[in-house]
Amino acid sequence: MIVTGILKRGEYFDSVSLMLIAKKISELEIVLDSAAVMGTPENKSMLQTSGLLTDELQNADDIDLMIAYKCNSQNESVLISKKINEFLKKSDNTNKSSGSLNPSSLESALKILPDANLAMISVAGKYAGDEAMKALQNGLNVMLFSDNVSVEKEIELKKFAKEKGLFVMGPDCGTAIINGVPLAFANVVNRGNIGIVAASGTGLQEVSCLISNSGCGISQAIGTGGRDVKKDVGGIMFLEGIKALAEDKNTGVILLISKPPADEVIIKIIEVVKKIEKPIVGVFLNSPIELFENSKITIAKTLEEGALLAVAYSKKENIEKVFQKINTRDLELKALAEKESAKVNKNQIYLRALFSGGTFCDETQMIFQNVDKDVFSNTPVGRVKKLKDIWKSEKHTIIDLGDDEFTVGRPHPMIDYSTRNKRILAEANDPETAVILLDIVLGYGSNMDPLAEIIPVLKGVKKITSKQKRYLPVICSVTGTEKDPQNRTTVAAALSAEEVLVMDSNAAASKLAKFLIEKKR
Amino acid sequence: MNKLFENELKVINIGLKSFNETLDERKVSSVQVDWKPPLISDSSLFDVIRNNSDKIETANKEAVKRILNSKPFLTGMGKAIDVIPGMKKNLLLHAGPPVAWDKMCGPMKGAVIGALIYEGFAKTYEEAEKVAASGKIEFSPCHEHATVGPMAGIVSPTMPVFILENEEFGNKGFCTMNEGLGKVLRYGAYDESVIERLRWMENVLYPSLKKAIEKIGKIDLKNIIAQALHMGDEVHNRNRAATSLLYRILAPEIVNTNEKEAAVSVLNFINSNDHFFLNLSMGVAKVSLDAARNIENSSIVVVMSRNGTEFGIQLSGTGDKWFTGVSPIPEALYFTGYTKDDANPDIGDSSITETNGLGGFAIAAAPAIVQFVGGSTNDAVNYTLKMYEITASENTIYKIPYLNFRGTPTGIDVIKVIGKNILPFIDTGVAHKKAGIGQIGAGVLEAPVEPFKKAFIGFTNQLKNI
Repeated sequence: MIVTGILKRGEYFDSVSLMLIAKKISELEIVLDSAAVMGTPENKSMLQTSGLLTDELQNADDIDLMIAYKCNSQNESVLISKKINEFLKKSDNTNKSSGSLNPSSLESALKILPDANLAMISVAGKYAGDEAMKALQNGLNVMLFSDNVSVEKEIELKKFAKEKGLFVMGPDCGTAIINGVPLAFANVVNRGNIGIVAASGTGLQEVSCLISNSGCGISQAIGTGGRDVKKDVGGIMFLEGIKALAEDKNTGVILLISKPPADEVIIKIIEVVKKIEKPIVGVFLNSPIELFENSKITIAKTLEEGALLAVAYSKKENIEKVFQKINTRDLELKALAEKESAKVNKNQIYLRALFSGGTFCDETQMIFQNVDKDVFSNTPVGRVKKLKDIWKSEKHTIIDLGDDEFTVGRPHPMIDYSTRNKRILAEANDPETAVILLDIVLGYGSNMDPLAEIIPVLKGVKKITSKQKRYLPVICSVTGTEKDPQNRTTVAAALSAEEVLVMDSNAAASKLAKFLIEKKR
Repeated sequence: MNKLFENELKVINIGLKSFNETLDERKVSSVQVDWKPPLISDSSLFDVIRNNSDKIETANKEAVKRILNSKPFLTGMGKAIDVIPGMKKNLLLHAGPPVAWDKMCGPMKGAVIGALIYEGFAKTYEEAEKVAASGKIEFSPCHEHATVGPMAGIVSPTMPVFILENEEFGNKGFCTMNEGLGKVLRYGAYDESVIERLRWMENVLYPSLKKAIEKIGKIDLKNIIAQALHMGDEVHNRNRAATSLLYRILAPEIVNTNEKEAAVSVLNFINSNDHFFLNLSMGVAKVSLDAARNIENSSIVVVMSRNGTEFGIQLSGTGDKWFTGVSPIPEALYFTGYTKDDANPDIGDSSITETNGLGGFAIAAAPAIVQFVGGSTNDAVNYTLKMYEITASENTIYKIPYLNFRGTPTGIDVIKVIGKNILPFIDTGVAHKKAGIGQIGAGVLEAPVEPFKKAFIGFTNQLKNI
């Protein structure tokens, strides 16, 4: 096996273009492993870990493009190198005949759109903070998609923004819906009177879709980035978001979504909501619920419950009905689980959950907290244990494939299914796998043709299991709406046709998986 | 309280293009910013810039004001030895930053040989080579003597030169007369025909023009360039309109003040050389930019120049210091029979036109030469539009019809070049790397990174030391 490194000095590609190139390279059959990343020190150390850092690439600078790959022979290497040059040429998007040129800076863009009120920033984290500050200084709200922005910078930006009455959504904010416009990774949902503040991207997508699919709608959905609710940042934007929704005349119900906030942030949230007349629902996954006792917030255990409670408030229905409805539905899931578990053999005892949405991984871990002592994850919460090797499942395993370790030089699994697809087949080959649990997240930003990615793999799973004379249930939740470019109904129908157990929410899918596993004991 | 919810969402998207495509699809007003990381990643240098931003801005405003307010006139002619400051009998001026004889490229060496033969220091190539290497001959950049020269840019003591005066600021500038195309000294040719032409220029062309200019008094060159931009010139790679306009002014007095035979030959010479005006457009740029020199804390570029070995720049705020890097080989259209392998690295003082907001910076005004930049007028327009990103101002006199008479991008700011990762765009002629063959193509190039990086670092270091 040989490793080849190509260094392109001074050639800058944005991360999505790069990922598309990376994907094309990895799809070449003779390529064993590959990466295409800019020459930052972080990227270099990641290449080092994967054994892809050649001597030449050691000299790369931030603005240089590094491409590295493994293959079996020198001849193959030359062939691959040729292909790569073709890919690069194609993606060179200096639009040569457009006659109009995009500006190269915020200042120049403001000359074209002087009344712009939001800057979406997705440049490398190292530079994103400065760009965000420039935007704030020019009176623009900021959605900071970039990650790897230092916490000091985040605090500086948020304090400055608060003073100027502006939002900083992020860093690492993947989704928001402002004035009905889906931003970055977001779904096309109904407009309505439910306002959301979320420190969790997938969580925001899930609840906004469930609300929309229940016939209600979203006034505003503000993302804050996951770190906002931690101790250092102290919930600056989470609290500002709540206040803004409280003031907003189009918002009648407020829905809060977060992974566990810091205790002091919880106290601040409880304090802020005291003065708010509107009903408030909170989903604080894996947070001790006692902390919210006697607060104005109606606490929901799952994203689904949170969405349905908000819907009930929005429709001015009795919220008890929500709990009843969920209980009835859970009974149906239990019945289904019983039927399914009867079809799997006695050696099939473990859950294998492979998520593209990080919040789902957390939610499922919460649902599996007490199922077994041996539950593992690459991003464990609560009693769940840390996987020794993220590439190898152990007993019950719940994985977030969007975590950094999986996405080095690769697109996010909502865009590029290949890493997860390989893993699905590996789990299908494991005779102890009792159920595979998946998510598919639709909407802008995600893969525009998810069926083309997932269906062949589902067929592959069936081939494997029928050969080995086993039945392996696959459960999948689909986060999306009718109005999403991929169309949720179409996707769900195609999955059902492959005998996938399609669920409306991750909570339902996880509960079904849980009941099935429990039946096996 | 935040007004975001009450107003229509209008987005500036900095980074991933796909996000903006979604906004387009949703019919949201948005502008895509084609962001690139800065050329220097050490953010502490940018902190220095930020901490001094007021000072820098004030200084740059002054520098640009001086460039824009300059009033360059052609006021006369003289021999280099008599008029160029610091000119000596054993001194040869050359294009670009300082370069020693043994580091000179082929065409530059050829032009030195030619000049030594022309000056009578040697009779043959071999002799001239010895003289050049002997140490008796001194070399100095044109730019350090208020002078500019295209390609090799060699100016020797007895060569006649144009005298330009910047009426607003009183400074003068000098340049030789353009020899035309083919085998010429500036491309490193030195055979008999080259020397003969130089002699004719000294003995016939020079006195005729000198008399005519004296009679006219002074010629407003800025005005000629402004008009030429409206007529399809960018006055670097295309000077046809400017040469014609100058010809119209000169012709009556050339005829008036000279014998018929001399007048006819002079007029024919100018008429047959579309680039006759080039040296003057360079001179205009030189006197305009020299007026903006030595403004403390200014990051405006006052010289971009190449000697065929190195590319060098100077900033207003860093005095006479040169910041240099290897000179690149231009992307060009080559004349039949030549390829990039034959090309010499970029050479000449002519990039002073770009430094002054002309040439490549004004290419949107010159649709006739877009084959040099990719073939379509849109390409040319895009190149000019991009240069607005790295300049401090827009020209008040030089305007581009196609861009609704927007002023050309003027006053390159090294901070913007580094911060936005956009390098100046230069029109250029390409010399054969061997002396004596001449021009083999024309094209464009991006200025190299290195001189700008060095200049940025030098500039910030100077700020730190205040």
